[in-house]
Amino acid sequence: MSIVTVQLGQCGNQVGQELFSVLISDSLEAQRQCRGEPGRAYRDCSLERFFREHNEASYARAVLVDMEPKVITHAVATAAKSSTWKYEDGSYFCQKQGSGNNWANGFCVHGPRHEEAVSDLIRRQVERCDRLAGILTMMSVAGGTGSGMGTYITQCLRDSYPHSFILNQLTWPYGTGEVIVQNYNSVLTLSHLYQWSDAILVHENDTVHKICAKLMNIKHISFCDVNKIIAHQLGSMLQPADTVGTLGHYTRNPVGELLKNLVCHSEYKLLSLSTIPQMSSSSLAYSSFTWPGLLKHLRQMLVANARMEEGIDWQVRVPLNGQPALERMAEKTKQGFNKSLANVLILRGKDVSGADPEAFLHPGLYSSWLPAGTAFSTWRSPVPFNGYEKSATLVSNSQSLLKPLDNIVGKAWNMFASKAYVHQYTKFGISEEDFLDSFTALEQVISSYRHL
Amino acid sequence: MTQSIIVQVGQCGNQVGCRFWDLALREHAHINTKGVYDEALSSFFRNAVLIDMEEGVVNEILQGPLRDVFDSTQLVTDVSGSGNNWAVGHKVYGPACRDHVVEKVRRAAEHCDSLQCFFLIHSMGGGTGSGLGTHVLSLLEDEFPEVCRIVTSVYPSAEDDVITSPYNSVLAMRELTEHADCVLPVENQSLVDIINKIQQMAHSGKPSQVIRKESTLISGRGGVGGTEKPFDAMNNIIANLLLNLTSSARFEGSLNMDLNEIAMNLVPFPRLHYLVSSLTPLYTLADVNIPVRRLDQMFTDAFSKDHQLIQADPKHSLYLACALVVRGNVQVSDLRRNIERLKPSLSFVSWNQEGWKTSLCSVPPVGHSHSLLALANNTCVKPTFTELRDRFMKLYRKKAHLHHYLHVGGMEHACFSEAVTSLSSLIEEYDQLESTKSLLWSDAPRLQVAT
Repeated sequence: MSIVTVQLGQCGNQVGQELFSVLISDSLEAQRQCRGEPGRAYRDCSLERFFREHNEASYARAVLVDMEPKVITHAVATAAKSSTWKYEDGSYFCQKQGSGNNWANGFCVHGPRHEEAVSDLIRRQVERCDRLAGILTMMSVAGGTGSGMGTYITQCLRDSYPHSFILNQLTWPYGTGEVIVQNYNSVLTLSHLYQWSDAILVHENDTVHKICAKLMNIKHISFCDVNKIIAHQLGSMLQPADTVGTLGHYTRNPVGELLKNLVCHSEYKLLSLSTIPQMSSSSLAYSSFTWPGLLKHLRQMLVANARMEEGIDWQVRVPLNGQPALERMAEKTKQGFNKSLANVLILRGKDVSGADPEAFLHPGLYSSWLPAGTAFSTWRSPVPFNGYEKSATLVSNSQSLLKPLDNIVGKAWNMFASKAYVHQYTKFGISEEDFLDSFTALEQVISSYRHL
Repeated sequence: MTQSIIVQVGQCGNQVGCRFWDLALREHAHINTKGVYDEALSSFFRNAVLIDMEEGVVNEILQGPLRDVFDSTQLVTDVSGSGNNWAVGHKVYGPACRDHVVEKVRRAAEHCDSLQCFFLIHSMGGGTGSGLGTHVLSLLEDEFPEVCRIVTSVYPSAEDDVITSPYNSVLAMRELTEHADCVLPVENQSLVDIINKIQQMAHSGKPSQVIRKESTLISGRGGVGGTEKPFDAMNNIIANLLLNLTSSARFEGSLNMDLNEIAMNLVPFPRLHYLVSSLTPLYTLADVNIPVRRLDQMFTDAFSKDHQLIQADPKHSLYLACALVVRGNVQVSDLRRNIERLKPSLSFVSWNQEGWKTSLCSVPPVGHSHSLLALANNTCVKPTFTELRDRFMKLYRKKAHLHHYLHVGGMEHACFSEAVTSLSSLIEEYDQLESTKSLLWSDAPRLQVAT
């Protein structure tokens, strides 16, 4: 089964291009890394999932959308240069006029205006799949095209493909600002996407930047470095894995399984990703890992809401069961404990069947209304991913995004209270009422996660 | 590729515009020899409309080395000039050549695949640039309402040689407040100070401080034009401002910024759209090694009052928003590091504590390895406007020279009083925001939802 990716705006297109690079290099390496049937099956499954083989070339199953041509041109050229894959001719849609960082412009003007053309392109990609596993959209929330038009396109996809899975990958901007109205754009995007998306997978530039600085030891971090990390994390989630325990048989329905395990309630759709280990390739040669070590760190990363394996607070503990509900909550927030609704652990590499994720089944990790057995699943693949002999990825539906989301809504609300910049949105058709509705919707989400 | 149309009005507007086209061609010729970006050359720069009510300046352009860039379909001229009288420019020439102007602009717009922005260049102190220029501005709003209008206005200094320049400026300001999306005010005095600084550097004679002549902000060397004329140095600075502003729309980078994004991010309230600009570096030292310290120095300089293009000190006033347009080999980590470093010394309005709009363009300007343009929406424009209003009132109270204006059909005392009221209320709005600077602001109470 195949996944169709829709790359929207500058961020979506830049990250998307890195993602496909990682996917193809990993797939082609698979046979070398893991001899025999499992390696071959992995490669075939991965290529089928993300690429279309035609005339001896691999074409990404992707649609590129942007309101100005520079980024798409660059992405297409970079892909073609790699000689292992390319973007299909005629799979991109581009205009000359940008969206001006204005969500209202993207959603109310560009979206409807170009709906037909973009839907056409997506439909063509979908038709080329034997079976559609799901649609992945990639965009940022700070700008105008990715956020505004991306939200509109998601709504159209929901209407056109009511039974397909739609996974939105969002990149949240640096807290200290890339775009001044980023908080408005983020609030409007998230509140609307919540209605139409099946799950929202979030990457924060701040977090990834720290990973680059601390773990990868990059001195002058560029967006390219940030994008590569995001691509690595996404790849580790999307590449073939076995969900039932028979190694070598990779699930044909990755997105569906992911959603089934993680998004059991429509109020809780925010997912975050952590991978371990993450280090520069030069350090990698000198390191070796054990599964118990990796899993112990990853579990504490989950518990203490640390997004990377350096600087984990080992003092934070899982609270004991049996305490009265209210008390339990206060203690948790004091301790900084991160409660999960559901987790999927994906293990890749050598001796993966020997890895024991028992510790992730502790009921204290999860909310009370789902038994730990249902809330937690493990997927495995014997093929090492992207140069890491052993790697573990945790896809988590938990409180880890609560604080960043709260910050964004808080800042946007402050700005809204002064009515700053609101005229820029009203002139394209987003009224103050619409803003209030969005704020209300997100306060509801925040409240739900806080009381998990 | 989005296009913009440059509308140059009056003597000042046309002279600055000329320098702009000259430097732009130089920049693209420089890039082109490396054979990298071809399309940027043809598409962005085809579009200019030159307007003047006396022929001297425009004729000079048409006979000069830039004659191949322009042709007669782009000109609107007349013979007698506006006599430094805003009323003549606005109320007489305005309606008279309106159709002409609309026709030329439409023709230029048709050449564009996708028109994003109008750049209007003019001065405030005279008659044509000020009066006719603002008339053209409202005309552009009527005919092309969705296209952004960015105006570069040269404000008169206190010792301006035109006595009625305060009248002209205040009357024009009202139009700018109502009809422009963004205004970049420039003061001649600041330009002169910058030139002096550069020349001081150039003649300092210290061996480690030898600067590359063609890299200075004021140099037109290497451009199409031949010898340099008197106001050229000052006009080059403004031309560089426009070049840097449009760089992200013309060249690629890791974080692009289009022109409509400037208006979107820097204008929180419709009338408060006056942006203070500063350009660094002023020159490049001949020594090629650029340690990181130099890069940081560039950021620090952008906020110092010596680099601003108007006589203002943004560091000690309140920021509503700030944009940093970076060109050259600068990465996002350098940008963030510098923002972190500079933030504590700047005050931002309470609801926009992280009010930074950033853009990274990978192509640096000619002669530099990197450059920075900072645009600030800052309450430091208040003193400039207050002084302007004071100079206006000095004349108006005595009714000096008023008869020249009132003679013109359509002008009445009301025009004057409305203009000064508009300016006063603008100053008042900036004042109100500034007064929040030292207040401790608590977060607005959030919406409560049922749990």
